[in-house]
Amino acid sequence: MSELESKLGPWVIKYRWLIIVFSLLLVFAAASGGRFLVFKADYRVFFSEDNPQLQAFDKLEKTYTRNDNVLFILSPKDGNVFTRETLKVVETLTEKAWQIPYSIRVDSVSNFQHTYSEGDDLIVADLVSEADKLSNAELEKIKNIATNEPLLKQRLVSPTGHVTSVSATIQLPRLDETKEVPEVVEFARKLAAEIRLLAPDVEVRLSGMVLMNNAFAESAQGDMKSLVPLSFAVMFLMLLLLLKSFSTTFGTILVIFLSILTGMGLGGYIGFPLTGPSVSSTTIILTVAIANSVHILTTFIHEMRSGKDKNSAISETLRINLQPVFLASATTMVGFLTMNFSEVPPFQHLGNFVAIGVIASFFLSVSFLPALISVLPVRVKVQKDDQDKMMIKLGDFVVKKKKQLMWGMGALIITLVAFLPKNQLNDVFVHYFDETIQFRVDSDYVDKNLTGLYVIDYSLESGEEGGINEPGYLKEVEKFANWYREQPETRHVNVLTDIIKRLNKNMHSDNKSWYKIPDERNLSAQYLLMYEMSLPYGLDLNNQLDVSKSALRMTVSIKTVSSNEIIEIEKRAQRWLEKNANYIKMATGSGPTIMFANIGQRNISSMLLGTTLALIVISGILIFAFRSIKIGLVSIIPNLVPAAMGFGVWGLFVGEVGLALSIVTSMTLGIVVDDTVHFLSKYLRAKREHGYSAPEAVRYAFKHVGRALLTTSVVLVAGFLVLAQSHFELNAGMGMLTSIIIVLALMADFFFLPPLLMKLEKKS
Amino acid sequence: MKGIALLFSLVAFTGAVLAETPEEKGLAIAVEADKRDQGWSDQATVMKMILRNSQGAESMREIRGKTLEVKGDGDKSLTIFDTPRDIKGTAFLSFTHALKADEQWLYLPALKRVKRISSSNKSGPFMGSEFAYEDISSQEVEKYKYKFIKDGEVNGLAAFIIERYPQYKKSGYTKMVTWLDKKMYQPLKIEFYDRKKSLLKTLTQHGYKQYLNKYWRPARMEMVNHQTGKSTTLLWVSYKFKNGFKSRDFDRNSLKRAR
Repeated sequence: MSELESKLGPWVIKYRWLIIVFSLLLVFAAASGGRFLVFKADYRVFFSEDNPQLQAFDKLEKTYTRNDNVLFILSPKDGNVFTRETLKVVETLTEKAWQIPYSIRVDSVSNFQHTYSEGDDLIVADLVSEADKLSNAELEKIKNIATNEPLLKQRLVSPTGHVTSVSATIQLPRLDETKEVPEVVEFARKLAAEIRLLAPDVEVRLSGMVLMNNAFAESAQGDMKSLVPLSFAVMFLMLLLLLKSFSTTFGTILVIFLSILTGMGLGGYIGFPLTGPSVSSTTIILTVAIANSVHILTTFIHEMRSGKDKNSAISETLRINLQPVFLASATTMVGFLTMNFSEVPPFQHLGNFVAIGVIASFFLSVSFLPALISVLPVRVKVQKDDQDKMMIKLGDFVVKKKKQLMWGMGALIITLVAFLPKNQLNDVFVHYFDETIQFRVDSDYVDKNLTGLYVIDYSLESGEEGGINEPGYLKEVEKFANWYREQPETRHVNVLTDIIKRLNKNMHSDNKSWYKIPDERNLSAQYLLMYEMSLPYGLDLNNQLDVSKSALRMTVSIKTVSSNEIIEIEKRAQRWLEKNANYIKMATGSGPTIMFANIGQRNISSMLLGTTLALIVISGILIFAFRSIKIGLVSIIPNLVPAAMGFGVWGLFVGEVGLALSIVTSMTLGIVVDDTVHFLSKYLRAKREHGYSAPEAVRYAFKHVGRALLTTSVVLVAGFLVLAQSHFELNAGMGMLTSIIIVLALMADFFFLPPLLMKLEKKS
Repeated sequence: MKGIALLFSLVAFTGAVLAETPEEKGLAIAVEADKRDQGWSDQATVMKMILRNSQGAESMREIRGKTLEVKGDGDKSLTIFDTPRDIKGTAFLSFTHALKADEQWLYLPALKRVKRISSSNKSGPFMGSEFAYEDISSQEVEKYKYKFIKDGEVNGLAAFIIERYPQYKKSGYTKMVTWLDKKMYQPLKIEFYDRKKSLLKTLTQHGYKQYLNKYWRPARMEMVNHQTGKSTTLLWVSYKFKNGFKSRDFDRNSLKRAR
């Protein structure tokens, strides 16, 4: 290794032009994979193929139909939906909504199939037709029916009748999700604009699962457009300030840019999609890649200031930096690669994008960057006495106050870590988007005024063909639905028993005392047959009955609550079934709500394994590189403690850990290790090359690498703070917590690791 | 020379008048198909319907049908459901009309009553299958407007490709592309397009046999819904013609007696 270290510099200088041209060619070849990068607009990307909740939901969708929808929410300014004008708008929108791409069904107050009896006739008709010709009495009657109908109230119309919605069920072919969802959303937005123009007195909002899918893609694109340029601007300014040299700043920016191109391009070749989390990889590569260049350039400038000519400064810089820069890159890469343990594919993609970018930045920093510097004009004033006075003072301070620092820091660490258990694993996935995103605002409105956006689907299995007509089964389903309706979180329950009860009433001259489940299996079966024969295209029961009529689907809408509450509600439901169900053989809640509620927990469990492995691998690398088991083991403390402290701070101030934060530990591990690596490598060099004692070696390390560590930490914090500005909560939280951990890591490396080293040396 | 020029333009002019437009040709073929299928007076059928969801889970229904040919209007038909067990004996009487709502009655044995269904819908699924009632009820010429597209083939059988546009306001379709066999004048394949003009379903008809030396009937129909992945097979187990059915076999009272 040491031979390579000293030969690299002269070699780079000799072949500098070749290296520059060759690097550029290689990077551009890699970058051409960028054309395969696509934004995925589908919440499903958050779930791996073998996710049990996804599989359960897939099965349900295959048994019935898919239920992704676009929800148009209409709020007349006069606060009454049941006017000729507004109902006409509902009618028009209902008809036009059939034109939405991939729509298979449209439900609204107007096309609701109202049934009633006249003599021996069963009449099945749209609840509203030709609204503009309705009399006041008819309007009143319609309002009365709609606001009392269990299938409509709190689903398509508010109980007071001030808000209504038109819901289009969309069956995406899922052949090209990158195009299908935006296509639907574009059409829906145009339609909404058309309605706004047609009826200025009606507010139109959009929500639903398809819009949420789209919000994932749009927020990722938004981040790409705003955060990436912002992070470049911030980095450029900071580098200029820190390096005080235009050429070196330019070189660094170029290295970063090329690293990002390589990471994203190769990722594109492999086929990683762009999603909210994986888009942040550009900002992360940028931030992490800077560290390598900064370390090299800080040494380089220092060497030039002390009077060396440019080329020998380059050689010396590479000689003393090759190993630590390589180690830092390798450990960072390991940290990000362990994100492959995540349950959530976008985080795996993020980890891989960054890992590739980091490798690229290593190679570029030790070849392309010095080659470029040797070509570019660099002017550095020779300072006879280039001593980093601040860092020397800091080194002295740490050596002098080592005891106080060790106990003080130890106390701080223990205090902060004590708050770690205050964190609760919790997520509100509608809140993945902040209030600048229209989907969030409109969805909050729906939650407040109309219905619940969270949906739990049950396939209630009777266990026998035609078994759903069994009176015992139907009565049990009715009880289960009623139990759900009593839960404070429930907004609406959509279940077939309400239709069967209504039909039974219709068949008995609309006599209210017959509004109940028929006592005979054949009756229910024959009513259903009759009803099915009379329904129009698209409004059939196939979305809630399986083909053999052995199971029916019950859909529960719930207000916006946290993932823990969702899991808790479903548990309650299962307990109820355990206690009361005889006819319902199986009923597991499923759907995106359940999937998102469980994914945080699943992800933490899988990331725990990943993080442990990362720690072992990284410690192994350090033991091998430093050729010292003791130093390798000591390094675990400053590597692990910052994340524990960071989560303690989080527990103290926030207390809720969502999906995003469950990956922060393994991610920051790779980054904070760099500080330790650089510090320890200088410390050991001082001891081994110069034969210094422990305190002298600490002073040496501060003098030679303190500034670079401070600089890179400032740069890293700035970069992750930019990420914290994301409108996508998963990225924002991740950026924030990572920044905190990086600050704590620097503190640990400056004030805790050196006293620890000195204490250990004393003992041996 | 002038005379010749005049003659040419005259020929061209009459040619243009005489040559059928695609619409006329489509209609002519439909009329011919209708003509060839007239005079069978009545038929009795036994059917099996196999419903499949997108995972392939199946469910079967058994049905018998009686149809009375009605000249100048839609046919009258009586459908008796044999399985599933819980709808056994349920009978469905329908007078189909081309452009108006059908008249429909249902006898519910569990209720022991005949109920009239007043609904303008014909487009809903028949017994939860992928067939709508409008797909299997009688096909009057006036039900659609037509347009001949081109000649084509299905599995080597020469066919006219004709587009049909439903004229009934509440039809679930905007367009049906029909491959009509050139020999039998019976459909080999029909593609159904939904309200937004996307392909919804494809029907293929198989195993045609000729009855009474004249009337072609398929033995099997396959309907696939492309949007939901569900499908239905309709097996025609038997056809019996000239049973001597009368109008009075197709009224409310006959419903209760139907077994």
